[in-house]
Amino acid sequence: MAAQLRVLRRRIRSVQSTKKITRAMELIATSRISRAQARVEAARPYAEEITKVLSALAGAAVSLDTPLLVERENPQRAAVLVVTSDRGMCGAYNANVIRAAEELQSLLREQGKTPKLYVIGRKGLNYYRFRRREVVRSWTGFSEQPGYENAADAGNTLVSAFLAGSDDTDGGSGEDGSAGLEGVDELHVVYSEFRSMLSQVPTARRVAPLEVEYSDNGDGGAGGSSSSGPLPSYDFEPEADILLANLLPKYINTRIFAALLEAAASESAARRQAMKAATDNATDMIQDLTREANQARQAQITQEISEIVGGAEALSAVGSDE
Amino acid sequence: MAEMTVELVAVERRVWSGKASSLFARTLEGELGVLPGHAPLLGELVEGGVVTVRTSDGETVTAAVFGGFLSVTGEKVSVLAEAAELAGEIDVKAAREALRQAESGDDQETISVRQRATARLKAAGETV
Repeated sequence: MAAQLRVLRRRIRSVQSTKKITRAMELIATSRISRAQARVEAARPYAEEITKVLSALAGAAVSLDTPLLVERENPQRAAVLVVTSDRGMCGAYNANVIRAAEELQSLLREQGKTPKLYVIGRKGLNYYRFRRREVVRSWTGFSEQPGYENAADAGNTLVSAFLAGSDDTDGGSGEDGSAGLEGVDELHVVYSEFRSMLSQVPTARRVAPLEVEYSDNGDGGAGGSSSSGPLPSYDFEPEADILLANLLPKYINTRIFAALLEAAASESAARRQAMKAATDNATDMIQDLTREANQARQAQITQEISEIVGGAEALSAVGSDE
Repeated sequence: MAEMTVELVAVERRVWSGKASSLFARTLEGELGVLPGHAPLLGELVEGGVVTVRTSDGETVTAAVFGGFLSVTGEKVSVLAEAAELAGEIDVKAAREALRQAESGDDQETISVRQRATARLKAAGETV
């Protein structure tokens, strides 16, 4: 009996220290969410401006047949950039993103394109490595606090693969050809979109060939007054076509950066939720265990009393016999 | 005096915004000054350039701008940059050190490091 009580107390202590850890992680994740959201917010002015500039350019450029805008005729390979986290402890966050990536890949295969994997985050990388799936390139170590350099690094790799195109290796034959760079015809990004503290939705987006999103949904205050009429006719330095070709890769980098920031916010939100659940579970468990321990303690006391009483009775019985 | 709104926006944050009376930058085609009422213009800035803004209060704001674009519309001028640093934020010592290390060599990376360091020093008002 005494042994059982000791075991229960030990378990309570262990659960209590686990709870402390999960609680701390929950608090850290909570503070990270607001910081991540602030970064999403801080990146917005640039995204809006570059979209505006791009719309103006697309309206003015003589020819829009820059490779990044034109749909390839016979797409064969498609790059899929999967944005996952570096650390676990965030519930189904990574599983959801990876599932969305798998769905996208099977869709691409149905359309006769070979998906090529690019992975951000250690968790996603481990998933594919464990399954012996080929990963063209991966980046790790910044999933919680991505910087623009990280996005630009990934973006530049993807854009150069895209600009190479899949036909550089002589049609379908030379798949694993000697060319150091295997081109692709489409770029997709799979990441987790931050809807709210409680809901993060895995999302797949095509970033190239891209459709310029015209910001026509009444962005009122910002630059509304000047652009109320038709767009002003711009002067270009250098020419519009060159400008467009230089601007588009940056635009893609911005899109990837936005995806990374959203993913970072989602990751923290998912981790907060998972850690909150763990903390709650620990609380429940401690309560149950405490109850059990009290029962054991009472049982022990009862037994001790009855032992004493029994012993005293036995002694007095012996005394009366004499 | 005529005014225009100037926004200096980097990818990760808005670096500076306010009213200004003039702005100077260098595009791929040459030095360019913008005064209020300038014709609409889109330009790509040189890699590692310096943007100078003269505010309405007569102050001068200088920034090192990397990978930037300039967009002038009716009454608003925006400078879009992959990264931008105001003169006051620049670590001159670090920039000089970076420049010294990247002095020679002509691979892509060294050149870009050199350009960045040069732009930082110029923006901070140092001689290079």
